[in-house]
Amino acid sequence: MPFTKEALASLQAGQLISLSGTLYTGRDQTHRRLCALLDEGKELPVDLAGQLLYYVGPSPARPGRVIGAAGPTTSYRMDSYTPRLLALGLAATMGKGARSAEVRQAMLAHGAVYLAAIGGAGAFLSKCVKKAELVAFDDAGPEALFRFEVEKFPAVVINDLEGRDYYALVAGAKKKGEG
Amino acid sequence: MREIDSNEIRQAVRDLAIAAAHDLEPDILDALLAARDRETGELAGNILELLLTNANIASRDRIPVCQDTGTGILFLELGQEVHIRGDLNEALQEGVRLGYEEGYLRKSVCDPLTRKNTGTNTPAVVHLELVPGDRITIRFLPKGCGSENMSSLVMLPPAAGTEGVVRHVIDRVLAAGSNPCPPMVVGVGLGGSFEKAALLAKKALLRPVGERSEREDVAALEERMLREINGQGQGVHGFGGITTALAVHMEVFPCHIASLPVAINIQCHAHRHKEIVL
Repeated sequence: MPFTKEALASLQAGQLISLSGTLYTGRDQTHRRLCALLDEGKELPVDLAGQLLYYVGPSPARPGRVIGAAGPTTSYRMDSYTPRLLALGLAATMGKGARSAEVRQAMLAHGAVYLAAIGGAGAFLSKCVKKAELVAFDDAGPEALFRFEVEKFPAVVINDLEGRDYYALVAGAKKKGEG
Repeated sequence: MREIDSNEIRQAVRDLAIAAAHDLEPDILDALLAARDRETGELAGNILELLLTNANIASRDRIPVCQDTGTGILFLELGQEVHIRGDLNEALQEGVRLGYEEGYLRKSVCDPLTRKNTGTNTPAVVHLELVPGDRITIRFLPKGCGSENMSSLVMLPPAAGTEGVVRHVIDRVLAAGSNPCPPMVVGVGLGGSFEKAALLAKKALLRPVGERSEREDVAALEERMLREINGQGQGVHGFGGITTALAVHMEVFPCHIASLPVAINIQCHAHRHKEIVL
């Protein structure tokens, strides 16, 4: 990461992948503030084009550590903001739980994917974060915007570029089986 | 009469908060181990293994099991023969504040309107109950909001009956999907009044994971709801498999002849809880 078009296109719904590279973090307040900046016609503190935005509010780092627990938060709370960020070229979002129809449509329109990180695995995922740098919104505490360098960070592809949704596929497989 | 100093209570709450965030209790660890051993889904099995590894890392390296170290929920059973020296409420809140600060836990409590973080993870929510005896039991249940947000309370008409209750619980749990970090523990509060049902649902989460109700008919319903939820195949984190829930715990209380309150409080697999008796 950041993602190339080819890398994005190779991702398949249901695939367990391992992420290495740079990503940005943000959750409720970060999204509210980013969109407020867009409303005011101001520049964002980061260029999101081609990037991965990870929905996380980490726990504080103990002295000498990179970061505290760093698992995903639930993504639907970001749904109302996400299409605007996808329109700026954001290539991928990562959290947990299903996205709204509007977000799925916007992902298709802009060629973006959605990944699920492993919820409740905050300690394990903390070890995958090799560097954490505060970028913006320091006063928002755990909701600040960070740049993370990650290594072998596990995630599952939920929505791929072909419009498949892994959660829906799992639910649909069961229904079909009952047919 | 027995005297307990409020400083002792403050220290106990601080320690409970830190321990709860890092060290899962045997009940939830055993439930996750059993789930891993019987899981048939490949991806789900891998994730369950990862969750057990996560619990080990958390305890060993003192990193919270989950970054959402929750709102502090305190359940106190206060022996009526205890006299507390000092301010009990202040001791409880100060204990939470110290635990979250000194334990490097995330402060997640904010004003509901301005959304400004209080910066201390207080106020914690306190439930106080008077009981016979000269001891204080303190239970600390830090509650993350991925699961808490999937809770619900409904006042069903009595005509909905047992089937109505079962359907409602299963529908709500399945609608929650992967949001609350399944495999989950489902707390159901049945009966009482509006607020009593909600409290029962939360208290149901304090029962050791998988322990059945003492009432035979309730225990049978718990088993049936668990079977039906897991039969739907959503599984661990919605990735498929047979482990959407680890347990359904239902607490019941008599209600008005015109009423059938049903509350559902969902807990994630990072089911953190600690208890101390003073």
